[in-house]
This record gives sequence, structure tokens and C-alpha cells, in this order.
Amino acid sequence: MMKPRRLIALMAKEALQIRRDPSSLYIAFALPLVLLLLIGFGVSLDAKDIRMAVVLEQSTPKAQSLVAAFRASPFFVVDEVRLRQDAEAGLISGQYRAALLLANDFESRLNRGAEAPIQVLLDGTDANTARLAKGYVEGVWAKWLAYEARSAAQSITLPISVESRVWFNPALESRHFLIPGLIAIIMTLTGTILTALVVAREWERGTMEALIATPVGRFELLVGKLAPYFVLGMGGMALSVLVGMSVYDVPFRGSWWVLTLCSALYMACSLAMGLLISTIAKNQFVAGQVALIAAFLPAFMLSGFVFEPSSMPLPIELLSRIVAARYFVTILQTLFLAGDVWSVIWPNSLALLAIATFFLALTWKRTRKSLE
Amino acid sequence: MSAAITLDGVGKSFGRTPAIRQLSARIESGRITGLVGADGSGKTTLMRLMAGLMKPDQGTIAVIGSIGTMPQRFGLYEDLTVAENMRLYAELRELPPADQPATFARLLGFAGLDGFQTRLAGKLSGGMKQKLGLACALLAKPDVLLLDEPSVGVDPVSRRQLWTMVGDLATQGVAVVWSTAYLDEAERCDHVLLMDKGQLLHDGPPAQLTARVAGRCFVAKGGERRKLQSLAAANANVRDALIQGASVRLVLHAGSLPPDLPDCTLEPVAPRFEDAFVTLLEDTGPIPALPPRPHPPSHADGIAVRADDLVRRFGDFTAVDHVSFDVKQGEIFGLLGPNGAGKSTTFRMLCGLLPASSGKALVGGLDLAKAAAQGRQRLGYMSQKFSLYPELSVRQNLNFFAGIYGLTGSTKRQTIATMEKVFGLESLAGSDAGTLPLGFKQRLALACAIMHGPDTLFLDEPTSGVDPLVRREFWSHINAMAAQGVSVLVTTHFLDEAEYCDRIGIVYAGKLIAIGTPDQIKARARSETRPDPTLEDAFIALVEEADR
Amino acid sequence: MFGRIRSLIIKEMLALWRDPKSRFVMIIPPLVQLAVFSYACTYDVKQASLALLNLDGGLAARELVARVAGAPVFSDLVVVGTEEQLRDAIDSRRAMVALRIPQDFSRKVEQGGGASVQVILDGRRSNSAQIVSGYLQNIVTAHNTQLAPGTRIPPLVTRSWFNPNLESIWVVVPGLVGVLTQVVALVVTALSVARERELGTFEQLLVTPLRPWEILVGKTMPALLIGLIESTIIIVVSSWWFEVPMTASLVLVYAAVVAFVASVIGVGLFISALCSTQQQAILGAFFFLVPTMILSGFATPVENMPDWLQVVTLANPVRHFLHLIWGLFLKGIGPAQAWDSIWPMLVIAAVTLTGSALAFRRRLY
Repeated sequence: MMKPRRLIALMAKEALQIRRDPSSLYIAFALPLVLLLLIGFGVSLDAKDIRMAVVLEQSTPKAQSLVAAFRASPFFVVDEVRLRQDAEAGLISGQYRAALLLANDFESRLNRGAEAPIQVLLDGTDANTARLAKGYVEGVWAKWLAYEARSAAQSITLPISVESRVWFNPALESRHFLIPGLIAIIMTLTGTILTALVVAREWERGTMEALIATPVGRFELLVGKLAPYFVLGMGGMALSVLVGMSVYDVPFRGSWWVLTLCSALYMACSLAMGLLISTIAKNQFVAGQVALIAAFLPAFMLSGFVFEPSSMPLPIELLSRIVAARYFVTILQTLFLAGDVWSVIWPNSLALLAIATFFLALTWKRTRKSLE
Repeated sequence: MSAAITLDGVGKSFGRTPAIRQLSARIESGRITGLVGADGSGKTTLMRLMAGLMKPDQGTIAVIGSIGTMPQRFGLYEDLTVAENMRLYAELRELPPADQPATFARLLGFAGLDGFQTRLAGKLSGGMKQKLGLACALLAKPDVLLLDEPSVGVDPVSRRQLWTMVGDLATQGVAVVWSTAYLDEAERCDHVLLMDKGQLLHDGPPAQLTARVAGRCFVAKGGERRKLQSLAAANANVRDALIQGASVRLVLHAGSLPPDLPDCTLEPVAPRFEDAFVTLLEDTGPIPALPPRPHPPSHADGIAVRADDLVRRFGDFTAVDHVSFDVKQGEIFGLLGPNGAGKSTTFRMLCGLLPASSGKALVGGLDLAKAAAQGRQRLGYMSQKFSLYPELSVRQNLNFFAGIYGLTGSTKRQTIATMEKVFGLESLAGSDAGTLPLGFKQRLALACAIMHGPDTLFLDEPTSGVDPLVRREFWSHINAMAAQGVSVLVTTHFLDEAEYCDRIGIVYAGKLIAIGTPDQIKARARSETRPDPTLEDAFIALVEEADR
Repeated sequence: MFGRIRSLIIKEMLALWRDPKSRFVMIIPPLVQLAVFSYACTYDVKQASLALLNLDGGLAARELVARVAGAPVFSDLVVVGTEEQLRDAIDSRRAMVALRIPQDFSRKVEQGGGASVQVILDGRRSNSAQIVSGYLQNIVTAHNTQLAPGTRIPPLVTRSWFNPNLESIWVVVPGLVGVLTQVVALVVTALSVARERELGTFEQLLVTPLRPWEILVGKTMPALLIGLIESTIIIVVSSWWFEVPMTASLVLVYAAVVAFVASVIGVGLFISALCSTQQQAILGAFFFLVPTMILSGFATPVENMPDWLQVVTLANPVRHFLHLIWGLFLKGIGPAQAWDSIWPMLVIAAVTLTGSALAFRRRLY
């Protein structure tokens, strides 16, 4: 039978312990802050300032004008080099990520229009940057051609032109979608570690045995553990959101109450997972390691935080569906950048609910009132 | 009297190892039942079964009334205060709030913790923790009180207080189960369940057991005690020979005549619980002897270990407070004291594991914290905690320690073979050290500490938790080494074990409060009311004197 | 002396191997991670969902649609009928990119040009969306050439060196040599001393004639061996299974691995020497692992970080190693260039190993 009195006593005890031993507070507040600041600055997919070598074999006005167009682009930092060999050596040493080669016959080729007048070499060891750089080079090239055509008063009218628009993130600022994802990852970590270590500590110190010997029931035991750390975790979450918005200028377009509810669901998932880990491991060392392997790494790799699950092979894509972080990352990205899009929020929060229920049920089963 | 707990054919296994086999017994109300046995005998498992924390595989356990338990490591929250711990357990047991102040006052008074309500439980001494644990267990007003090794780590003074508290409860009709590895405690219980390897060896009042060896116990006096002891142990009529102060205590085989030992007088004495316990255990025959040392150790001034005005502070806490003593060549010197008194800290300073705040710690004339590594070649060390590699096999552990002490080739092989033979490890050579029974772990640890033939041996609580037979075996080796000139420094909290030492020093609250032979120490507590004090009596008297 | 160190090394190897828990930690997670992460860590977009709103019924529009739908990357095509539905498809993440063909499209194409289509990208996934938009652009360009051969833009030749098809796997799998080897080598060493402290065996070692540097060597060798085995497995898998080309000499690759593992072991032992419990050691290892992994260039390029952070990453052995291993695998760099990345790792190793020897010397508090 649930007795509110016992529950309150357990929660009060937990609160006192948190006050006396502030390591939980560090995990809930300092850890997210440090990780968010360090990683937030560290992760960026924006290929800005791509170092590019330009080999100008013959310096004609047209060639100069093209080089100037590249210099004007925010994406490139241009270095003029004399020889093709220098550019190639720079690519190998990593000094340059791209090289632009303008041959002797650049202008004649340009006028004939048949063969390619310029050649671009990209460093494929960073496939993503290379791919983005390729797009940027093409953009600069097309713009320059149009400009040249206009100044020559001849127009090339393309049958079809493409106008691109980016919704939600017009500046293509990768931090805007990475930071919400990062908040989700960090919450996974703190939520899981908080409960994983705290319950394992009770087993290690023998206090769990003493609690079990009292009339305390499973429900009181679990809720008594979950509730205080839930509050802490939500506090950490609020802090992370504030930091994300103030330090990284990520917009928030959803409504606060949806964010709170979804975060609460996700916090329940993380805490329940931590509780399950510690109930099985019963020692802080193993619990810490399992939390790392089972919670952090999948959240990092399989949640869609940086790597798109839909691009993964099917078995791995299926695996990513049991990672709670995947749903929360989606929700957060949408809430921050798009707003309350119910067609995203509903299915994803239902998935979170299902996972939380699953972990709690499993923990419930494992927390038998005995030591076996 | 009525049975509060009835055990009927109870069995319990972990994996394939049976912990309890076919055990039937009754725990009666209004008396203290001692659950006695060495580590691994099944005491704790039986306690947990009775507390309902585990279910038996076979048999039934019937409990009448409510149970209060105090597990071995009682679940006090070390970062909560005394009062907060009490309140938590009171709330969990749903004690009416109105009754709480009165109950707390009564229990804290009972436990002698009145003045400590706002102290963190983690900052209490071992004895106070146990008393607080008991107070928390009593909140439930239990009909049955299960105490799992309540006296471990508790100083003799607190142990007596705890005993008195529990005695009071028993007179009020509570059924108390007190599990212990100390045989002198067993003797004071109303009723004893003696366990060994999961089985019940004895079920009855302790006197009933001691009565079995009545008339077979003697004390032999005269001559050199170690020679006397080895002579007596070799005698066919003697079942057990044990050094006790300057004399030797003998237990004869049933029906044997007192042996004829040269130059000594035999006096019959009253049997003790331990005498009877030893006769119940399987007689393993004579203890194999260690091979003699090629060269006896020699120290320039005959002093092997010197602690000279040693001080160690941790922050503003002084763990060791101006301790001085010498250990002579070939001497067995015992450091005695409750946990936390500063024994281990002194020990670690002497071994060079911990720098002294001031004073000198010399072994063989060298300060090991500063001396070259070779200085440590002459030292053997066995720490309190099992400190071998649990995942390595017995043979691999021996190989490793032989290797780092520089034994090679045939010397190494021979030494390892000898150690395995002497300590009975031959058949276990391939087993993981971590899975050995405690007695064998301790044997292996001793083997690793002495295989390179050290001049000085440091033993930190070498026999805690092992059964009396293993203890005898250890002391036989220690005695043999001392006879060859090896100096031994040993710590213990078994007061009876201190009797085997040539000299002892009693450490209390960081100070060395007494030093001398066991008989000299006992003599200090002799009074009109107590003409023949035990070491424990002496210890308590000395501690009380120091507190004053 | 050699006898003592040999005994120590044998003991360390046995201790690691005979303990089922550490055996598990050494074998299973790295293999699972190799399998999962090789495939999971990809920025390639092989399949993208495209919402198509065709407001024009004309032939030209149908031709363009046929061309787009024919591209393998757009096999997941969502045809929507209204602006509303298009918005919804993007909002609900049903589609990553939308293509909107306006009403006057066919008319303008037939008139000889000036028609435009709109591409709408989901900014929540802007990286993938940009790549997909590049694909769309290419399709339209190809279509233009077909429609009006005379108006073609002078083409641009782009060649990707070292990785012609820009395969993520070619980058990720060699990168895993660094990431996974670091985890194992770090955990093994960071826990080793702390574990011995908890077991009490460290005290036992300190009362033997062993010197601190001998203990250090004894702890280093097994971890080095494990690191080498781990790297070898990943290198073999990457060459044989993922067919990543290996363009530099194996000797250089192993020189790089040894320098890297040595630097990681140095850090691990340093953490270990400072911590007194395994709990602290695992947290310490963790606080080192997470930032070094994220700031290594593995997931996102170092060049994209702010300048001050790029300076900080110079102390990160993984960053140097990844730069080196990509150079060795894909670029075929020579010893001189390899040395530029090897010496920083050797400096890290030297500093941390000296630090741990000093910390050992302090014995126990």
C-alpha cells in the first residue's frame, strides 16, 4: 500500500542528502553547463572560411574578376599560389581544403564554352565539407557568370532556374539545429547518471538493505527516488535551454508548456533507464560504465543529432528507433526552430511515453522486495 | 518460553554452492541466541533468511511477531545526522508524530547518544554507529531482533555497553539473535547456534558445549613458552595447545591422560567455548613446518623496527599522536586497539606507505619512505584487506610475487613448490585467488608475504574472520619464523590473540597508552575484586583511565 | 630489474584477460561500436524524402517531374496537391525538401525560358537539406542542357581528391581507429591503478622493491599491446570489408598508432594516479573522453571551431591522430609530413607519463 507519509519521508531524506553531498547538483547543473559550452562551440557543420588555393597561370582581367568573386564569398579564404604543385602539396598537407585551377587558356575556353575553363580540386578526407564546398563553388561560379553576362549586355536565359528557400533556419546556421540536439544528449547523460549512481550508491553502502527491511513498498521506493532527481534534472534542462538561447542565439518558436511536458516525459525515460541500470548493476563502477555505453553513445550516434538516421542502413535505422533520444531530438529541433507542430510532437511524445513506461515497468519488476 | 522463529529443514544455495544445508532450529523469546561461526559459515545468509530478505530453497521459516533487523553494514545514511536518521526510519515505520519526541529521547538515552543528535552519522565512531543502528532497529518495537555481527569494529567498551543494552531487551521478552565470530561473545549468550560450512554443529546453551571438554583443559607453566607449545602440540594426547600469556593452554583428546611435559607444571582450568569449538572441528593433524632460513637476519643493534615519536595528522585530526616503541630482533610485537585508533596508520608509516608528519619510522635502520627500493626487499607485508589479485590463479599470484622479489629459475620454482605444500595450496594452484575460501586466501597472502625470506614481517589483522584452526596454523608459522630471528609486527583486535605476542602495545585514540608483555598489561588491571583479569578487562581499565 | 618488470607485465596481462568484466569491456563494445558506428556515422544522403507540388499541368512540368522522380536518391516522393499540404509535409518532417512548380512554368519554358521552380529546405536538418538541394540543382541543370543545348553554362570540373566519391565510410572507419582505440586504452589504464588501490594490491606493490617507473612500464606495456591489437582489427576491417584504400606504408601507420596509444596511456595513467577510487577514475576518464572525441574533428571539422577552441584542440591527441590517419589512409603522406603530427602526440605522452611517475612517487597521500 502506498502511504504518502513514507513517500514524503523518503523524498525529504533524498533532499537532505543532495544538500549535504552536492555531487548530484554538479551532475545536474555544472555538467550540462560545461558540456554545452565546450561542445556547443566545438560542433559546427558550417563550412565557413574554407581555405582555398587559387592557381592563376595567366593573370587576365577576367581571371582576376573570378578570383575576386571567390574572395568576396563568405565561404572561402583565398590564397593565390604560383604553381599547381604548391596547391597540390597544400591539399596533401591539409593546408588547403580546396584548390581552384585557372589554366593559361582560361579566357579562350570560357568564350568557346565547350570545355571546362576552370577546375576545382577538393580534399575528400572530409567528405561533408567537400560536398558543401562543391555546392558553394558552383554557386559562386554561376553568380559570376551571370554577372559577366550582364556586364557584357548579353543575357543567357536559362529555361529553368532554381530558387532555394530554407525554412526555419534561413541562415543555414548549423548550431541552430545542433544545439537543441545537444541539449537532448546532455539530458540523457545527466538523467541517466544521476539515478544510476545514486541508487547504486545505496546498494553499495548497505542502506538499500535497511530500506527493504522497513515496510516501504516498491512504489514508494521508486517514486521516492525518481521525484527529487526529476526536479533536479528539469532544473538542469531549464538551465540548458536558457544557455542555448542566450549564448548561441538559438530561436525558440514553440510554446513553453509543450517544451516542459515533453522534457518531463524525456526526463522520465532517462531517469527510469538510470534506475534500471543501477538496479541491475548495484555498484557505481559498473553502473557508470553501462550508462556510458547504453545511454550516451547511442544518444550521440543514433539520435539524429548530427547523423541522419534515414541515411543509415536499415538494421541500424531500426536500432535507432529504440533510442529515446531520437524522439526527443526531433521534438526539440521542431520546438526550437519550427514551433508547435503537432504532427511531430504527438507521435514522438507517444514514443517517449512508451519507452518510459517500458523502462519503469522493467525496473518495477526488478525491484523485488528481497536481495535475490 | 515460546519460539519466535522456527526453522524447519531450511536450505539455501547460491549457484551450486550450498550456503545453508538442512537446518532446523528454534529461536526463543526472552533470551539472546548467539549465531556463531567463522566467515563463510552461513551466518549472514541465515540472518537474511530469518529477516525475510531472501527466500529459502527448501524448508520453512515461521516467524511470530514483528522483526527488527540490524544488517552487518547497517543502512545509516552517513550524510544525515543522528536525529535525521532516526526521523527517517520513524516515518518509514509510521510512528505517530506525537509519540516521536518521547520515543527518540528514550532510545537515544538508551543508546547513550543524547548529546550527538546533530552529528552526521558518518562522523560517529564504530561503536556509536552500531548503537544508533540498534536504536533505529528498535523503533519498530520488534518482538524479534536480528543483529548481524554488531560488534565488528567496535571497541571493547562500546561492545560491553551494546551487550548490556541487548541484555535489557531480552529480559523484556524480545527474542534476540546476535551473530558473531568472536567466541568469547558466544560464551555469554543464553543459547548458541554454532555453524560451520552451512551446518549446525551445536544447538544449545554454550555451557552444554563447554561441558564436553570438562576435565580436559589444563594450563602448562614453566620453561620457554614457544618451545613448550610446540612440544605440547606434538604430543599424542594433546588435541590443542595454545599460548596464553607466559603459559600454554592445553586441551586433551577425549579420554587421554595429561601429557608428561618436561620442566613444567600442569594446572587444570575451566573449559572455554573456544576449547570446545576446536574439538568439534575436523582434526587436520600436525601443521607442516616452513623450511629453515639459510641465514638468520641480523640487525646491527638488535632492533628491527623503531617508531620514534611518530606523529601523523590528517588536517586537524591527529591519527597517530607521538607513538614510540621498538621491536627487537626475533620478537613478536602486537599492536592492539579498536578500529580507527591509529594502528593501521602507524603500520603504514613504518612500511613507508605514508609519510610521517613528524618523528622517525625505521625498519632495519632504514626509513622506507625515503630509502632505495632495495630496502623493501627485506620486508614482508600482509595487509588487513585481502590484497592479492583475485582474478589471477594461486600459482600466478605466487609467480608474480616471486618475480618482483627477484626470485628466478630453480630457486623460484622450489620456493613456490614449498609454499604450496606448507600452506596446503597444491590442489588449488589453478583456482582464481578471488574464489578461495577466506582461510585459503589468508594462507596465500601469508605465503606471498614470506616467500622471499624477509627479515621483518608486518601483519595487519592477519586472522580476522578465519576459524580457530586457521588461526592456530598462522600462529604456528609466525612463532616458527620468530624462533629463527624474524621480527614480527602484528596488529589485531582479537584480545585473546594478543596473548601470543611477546610484547604488546595498546593504541587508543592515536596514543600508545600501554606497552609490555601480556602478563604485565594484565597485571595493571589487577584489583581486589578482580584478582585474575583477562586482557579485555585490562584493556577496558586502561581505556577508562586514558579517558579520564 | 628485467625480471621484475617481466613479472609485472605478465601479471597485468593476466589480470586483464582473466577478469571476465574487463575481457568483455575490451572485446564486445569496440566490435559492436565498429559495426554500428561505421554505418551510422554518415553525412551521405543516399535517400531523401521529397515533397512535390506541381501546380502546372503542362508537358514541361511533367518532364521535369519525371526526371526528378527518376533519380534514385528521390525514391521517397510525396506528391502533394496544395500549398497547405506542402507546408505540412515539411513541418511534420515527412519530407526533407520540397519542390514547387508554379502555374506558369510550362508556359514560360515553352516561351523560351525564364521559368523558375522553388526548392524549400527543412532548416532543422540544414546539412542534409543542403546536400539534397545540390542534387536537385544538378538535375535541373542537366534538364536545362537537354532543353536548350545552346544556353549551357560553361561547365565546371570538380574533382575530389583522396576520396573521389566522397564516401563517408572512407573517412569514418579510419577515424574509428582513433576513437575506439582511445576508449579501450584509456579505460584499461585509467582504471588499473585505481582498481589496485581499491583492492589494496597497490599498497602491496609499494612495499615491494619495485620502483615507480617500473610500475609505470609494467602498466604501459599491456595497454600498448591491447591498443595495437584493437587498431589492427579496425585497420584490417576497414581495408578488407569496407575497402578503404590504404595509401601510406604500414610502418608509418603503426608508428602513428604507437605514438597515439602512448599518449592516451599517459593520460590514462595520469588520471589513474590522481584518483583513489574506480568511481573517480571512470568519471575522470569520461570527462577526458567526451570532449576529446567531440573536439577531434571526427564528427565535425576542427576548422569550423572558433579560433580559441582550435588552439585548445592542439592538446588533444585524437585530433592529431585523426589528421594523421586520414593523411596516411587516403592521402599517402610521407614520413616528413607524418612527423608533423607524430611529435605533438609524443610530447603529450612525455608530459603525461612524467606527470604520472611523479604522482606515483608521492605514493599514498
